[in-house]
Amino acid sequence: MYLFGRRIDASQIIVWIIGGVLFLLVLIGSISTLLTERYTVKQWLDFIIFGAAQGGIYALIALGYTMVYGVLRLINFAHGEVFMSGAFSAYFLAAALDKAMLLNRYPIPCLLVIAFLSAAVSATVAVCLERIAYRPLRRAPRLVNLITAIGASFFLQYTFRGLYGSGVEVYPDIAILKGDFWGIRKTLLVVCGSALAMLGILYAFIQGTKTGRAIRAISEDLETAALMGVDVDQTIAITFAVGGSTAGIAGVLYALIFSQVNFFMGFVPGMKAFTAAVMGGIGNVPGAALGGFLLGIFEAVGPSLFLDGLGIPAANQLKDVIAFTLLVLILIFRPTGLLGERLAVKRT
Amino acid sequence: MKTELRTALRIGLLGGLVASHICLVGMLETFAKRNLIGDYLSMGYLLLLTLFLFVGYKATQVAQKAATGLLCAIIAGGITGASLSDLVFLTQNFQLREIFAHASPALVKLLTLGQSKSLGLLIPIVSGISWSLFGGFFALLPKLWRRVLLNTLLLTLLLGLLRDILNSLLPGDFGKTLFTSSGLTYIGAGSSLFCGGILIWAFLTYREQQKLKPETSESRNSPLQKLLFSLLILFLLTFPLWSKSFLSNVADSVGLYIIMGLGLNLVVGFAGMLDLGFVAFYAIGAYTMAVLTSPSGIFHFSFWQALPFSMLIAMSGGIILGLPILRMRGDYLAIATLGFGEIIRILVISDFLKPYLGGAQGITNIGKPEIAQFTFKNPEHFYYLILIGCLIAWFIASRLKKSRLGRAWMAIREDEDVAQAMGINRVTTKLTAFAIGALFGGLSGAIFASMVDSVVPKSFDLLISINVLALIIVGGIGSLPGVLVGAVVLVGLPELLREFQEYRLLVYGAVLVTMMLYRPEGLWPEVTLQHILHKTAQPEFPVRPLPTPEKK
Repeated sequence: MYLFGRRIDASQIIVWIIGGVLFLLVLIGSISTLLTERYTVKQWLDFIIFGAAQGGIYALIALGYTMVYGVLRLINFAHGEVFMSGAFSAYFLAAALDKAMLLNRYPIPCLLVIAFLSAAVSATVAVCLERIAYRPLRRAPRLVNLITAIGASFFLQYTFRGLYGSGVEVYPDIAILKGDFWGIRKTLLVVCGSALAMLGILYAFIQGTKTGRAIRAISEDLETAALMGVDVDQTIAITFAVGGSTAGIAGVLYALIFSQVNFFMGFVPGMKAFTAAVMGGIGNVPGAALGGFLLGIFEAVGPSLFLDGLGIPAANQLKDVIAFTLLVLILIFRPTGLLGERLAVKRT
Repeated sequence: MKTELRTALRIGLLGGLVASHICLVGMLETFAKRNLIGDYLSMGYLLLLTLFLFVGYKATQVAQKAATGLLCAIIAGGITGASLSDLVFLTQNFQLREIFAHASPALVKLLTLGQSKSLGLLIPIVSGISWSLFGGFFALLPKLWRRVLLNTLLLTLLLGLLRDILNSLLPGDFGKTLFTSSGLTYIGAGSSLFCGGILIWAFLTYREQQKLKPETSESRNSPLQKLLFSLLILFLLTFPLWSKSFLSNVADSVGLYIIMGLGLNLVVGFAGMLDLGFVAFYAIGAYTMAVLTSPSGIFHFSFWQALPFSMLIAMSGGIILGLPILRMRGDYLAIATLGFGEIIRILVISDFLKPYLGGAQGITNIGKPEIAQFTFKNPEHFYYLILIGCLIAWFIASRLKKSRLGRAWMAIREDEDVAQAMGINRVTTKLTAFAIGALFGGLSGAIFASMVDSVVPKSFDLLISINVLALIIVGGIGSLPGVLVGAVVLVGLPELLREFQEYRLLVYGAVLVTMMLYRPEGLWPEVTLQHILHKTAQPEFPVRPLPTPEKK
């Protein structure tokens, strides 16, 4: 069949119909919610700020996915677990500091130390992962790499479960972060701010330093970069380290908002961060940041905005469905993401 | 010499890391509860012993001269042991337990054999050195002896692990001389080592001689093979009659996984699309069966009426999922299917669909299959149903593999663009793979729902997808017998090892990574895939030998 001069097969038509139906549902739901004025403006603002804070975390994790994908063309399935390891080490250090009565006496230095340690632990996990599981398989078929990544993800998850038990650990409270600032939870502001700061630093690192240039060169073309004198192994290890440390900091921030850690916590944020990375265009650093924030806000606003309007009870349970549906939709309709893939050669 | 020592050092450090990991995740403690041979050799110790032996073996292998090899083995084993002593020291003197839940006095007692402080610290080192030395000697043996020894040890281990099955087969007194309450007695182990050794030696030498002879069509269908085959069929047919109900249960879950594995194998193995959301079809099949047959629903179908619907709805689920994601390749497809599986799970558990699907409580009172007056109730009854299901699935899969469609799948797996250029319709070909795979998943889910009599969302989480994927990979991607091997190894064995449950996924993860690193083609490889998966570096100019015509 031909439409607008392009050849279209049946599967495409069905895909477009599915997409159109979903879009209509969202539209109808949103309009009906807005017309009934179920929520006040203040509530909408709260949703958005919470979403932005969560989105900042997604953005930080998504950076790891995007950078690794950039250099290796590999989806690092175990990246969610790298994030989880950061959150765990943050928990243990925070609990120890809390016990020593230091956490509330010197909150800011303590938080900095916690962030540093988590970043270090996560970076170590990520680099070990690369060295043991990915480097020997760099030239293997893609299926092999993917399976390795999935295996590594489960291995890490259940290692942490074995090491620390399967319970949910509750984070100590930090007095300075309690309360509101201009009617907004202080924690959320701190999380948003630190996420933005980290993203800025990272962008500067990738654009401004020599190592960052090496990373970009490898993303562009691994073999040519190697011929031009870039140390490929080392640069890839650095990429993993950088992605790991941002994931570790994301772990600290996540723990600040939700104040609990357990061994399975990496899976869902990992998936969503991947969604964010794809949304922004995988391989693209500013894209991952944008995608993260957008996804966070979308997910926070979505259940109230269009699921309530459709009359679905307990819409918040379906928050993850929104994110995953969005993921599938993006993969179908715009696999290159919002900002597109910044690659010279078309991916194979 | 210097490089050899450095390698030994590295192997030792890696061994130490693995050993500490085994201890800290609590595997040693849990596994130590089961005595495999006599009262002393527990599964936990066996794990450490194997590690030491392996470290010694590896260290010796890299060296060129025997003496250096043994020296390397001593060094590597010593380091591995020392890291365990280190762990003991740290646990004794610091509050390690606040962070690592398993760094307990019980672990220390296990590692030091209950000895006092200073002597206890020496024990891991000494045993590390001595066992790796054994490993070193093992590496120096001639190849035939090595294989005989290895296989005999594995056989004894397997006999110990399968104690529950074997003991129920043997008459009481005889069973008691061979088996303890959890494993083999010394007599049992000794006789297994002796008899097994002789048998395996005879078998291996026989096979070596056979290899020298030119292969004829008669040797392929020898009477021995026919005998083995009919024994296997007899075994399968009579299994529930002599085994306990528990074992039938295990066999049932193996069978269900085989059906699913055969289905997923069509998608992953034949068509080369990595599907991480296979559980969705299993869930769709199970829920369709539940909704259609449960008395609390509107339909009140019987099992046989509902079964085709289960399969068809699962199949249409496959088509609906398949349609949009067909154009994606490789990793995107994996993520999209993963997302789809999660969507189904969250939808099922949500309040939104609770009136229809029962929310977290699920649906109970699912219809049982009936033939004339006979109702399938026990696991033993379902065993036969599942066996038939497996046979049908096997038949379809093996026929498909050789069909035009099967070859089209494999062409797409090798190179999509070329396949398309050769006139293969990418969309329909991929869709049929998805649809038939989903059909098998639905069949398996429907039988499962009827068997356990209730469906709850908890039985349909991501782990099932991973289980099925892992069994395909361990068995050998794209290989049909591989599915059987994988299901028995990854589903059957863990069910029999009660201690193993907690560490199932940990071991799966490790197995997946190690498999991909060292044996990506699986335990029972598919011949055409073997050489593709095994070369890590592609040659500059791919040169392929022309296929040699078969000799007549």
